[in-house]
Amino acid sequence: MDKLLYVSMTGARENMVAQQVHANNLANATTTGFKADLEQARAMRVLGDGFESRVYAMSERPATDTTAATLIQTGRDLDVAIDGEGWIAVQGPDGQEAYTRGGELQINAANQLVTGSGLPVMGSGNVPITIPPAEKIQIAGDGAITILPLGDEATDLAQIDQIKLVNSDQPLFKGEDGLMHADNFQMLPADQTVVLRSGYIESSNVNAVGEMTSIISLSRQFELQVKMMKTAEENSSAAAEILSLS
Amino acid sequence: MNGALQVAKTGLSAQDTQLQLISNNLANVSTVGYKKERAVFEDLLYQTVRQPGAQTADDSQLPSGLQLGNGVRVVGTQKLFESGDLEITDEAFDVAINGDGFFQVQMPSGEIGYTRNGEFHLDSDSRLVTAEGYLLDPGITFPDDTQTVTISSDGTVSVTLPDEADAQEVGELELANFINPQGLEAIGQNLFLETAASGSPQTGTPGEDGLGTLEQGMLEGSNVNATEELVNMITTQRAYEINSKVISTADEMLSFVTQQL
Repeated sequence: MDKLLYVSMTGARENMVAQQVHANNLANATTTGFKADLEQARAMRVLGDGFESRVYAMSERPATDTTAATLIQTGRDLDVAIDGEGWIAVQGPDGQEAYTRGGELQINAANQLVTGSGLPVMGSGNVPITIPPAEKIQIAGDGAITILPLGDEATDLAQIDQIKLVNSDQPLFKGEDGLMHADNFQMLPADQTVVLRSGYIESSNVNAVGEMTSIISLSRQFELQVKMMKTAEENSSAAAEILSLS
Repeated sequence: MNGALQVAKTGLSAQDTQLQLISNNLANVSTVGYKKERAVFEDLLYQTVRQPGAQTADDSQLPSGLQLGNGVRVVGTQKLFESGDLEITDEAFDVAINGDGFFQVQMPSGEIGYTRNGEFHLDSDSRLVTAEGYLLDPGITFPDDTQTVTISSDGTVSVTLPDEADAQEVGELELANFINPQGLEAIGQNLFLETAASGSPQTGTPGEDGLGTLEQGMLEGSNVNATEELVNMITTQRAYEINSKVISTADEMLSFVTQQL
């Protein structure tokens, strides 16, 4: 059988896979703090004996686009967004420390400060933050949480904890839980230079036009691959015709 | 089949939910004591198709793998309990809460409901009830020949009676508050129910322990900001269109294959 058919087939298959990466970005075009995944194709030679005539395609996700997105003003005390670079440390579903930019914080029944999806937010000393019953909660630019305890005078403000904010020179990678992790799941140290803004949330950084363009271009490329498969079919039927005995 | 189809489908249903929340907020733009709601979106789990660092040959490794996302989901809705604007009505039985707290209402089922709607009425037995006719807890009953009613900021309800110079106290309104009001379950009729997430209610005198004060003759308007909702509606509509475009593109790809091969 003509190898051309298989080479085109991998092209078409990988185009479909790449399509899913862009579809996922677009599905999360309005998810708070979402970071778009990048996608690229790589040429994979088939190594072995003989002439290396076949090069298959392979899609991969080399990294996540961590550029900051627009801050949306909400005015809610527990909504926080990171201004510039940095991440909010949370406890992931597996108990490991993970990082996110989604700052729709709330307080659960156990008095813990949690993200919109219920993950505890890390405080100083890498311990999840617990907030005692409070009349008013303020989150400062460095993540410090100040509360006015229930029933106290307005002058008796108490600083109870500080949200752990981190930054890393090394790129973070997105795990299967959709949260960001450092290499080898190591814990990053708190960084005092990260700036947090209370009353804002960060929108998704997905560029809808860019993703849409990629989807259209992938779809055309897919059609090309199918066209090549069609040509392979025509070639072999032409060969069969010439070589037919009758 | 094309994975993009399923992923875009999750995007469509999430935007659908969002639009329903927006329309509910807009429908309640003038409901007394209504608290707006928003959806919390989260990206779904990722699948590792090719592990980074996997061996591709004896001496080569994949420098980066392939992880495919599965779309988006609505984790939950958040009620936003910011105060609405206080409006002056000058009605004696209109009471607004200036600050945190909820009125407690005796529901027909025997449970206690919580509300911020202070449009009270009298029933045929001269008892203070909500617009739905539910009794307040603790209940307040007025004497039959009540002339004027005064509700002070700390919840004391007093009345003046004919031929009596001094006002007479008939009861006290209490407020309840929760550790996590966002965990309350909204059941309609402006009422909320206690849940495990909200914590148990802490009742007290208005103006003390972080509870708000009461303002007679005023009502708390809805905290929905119509402009904000309309802007959200535009984003939602466009996001919906984009996701449906992904579905039609994926569909075209598949139909191209079936036609060509």
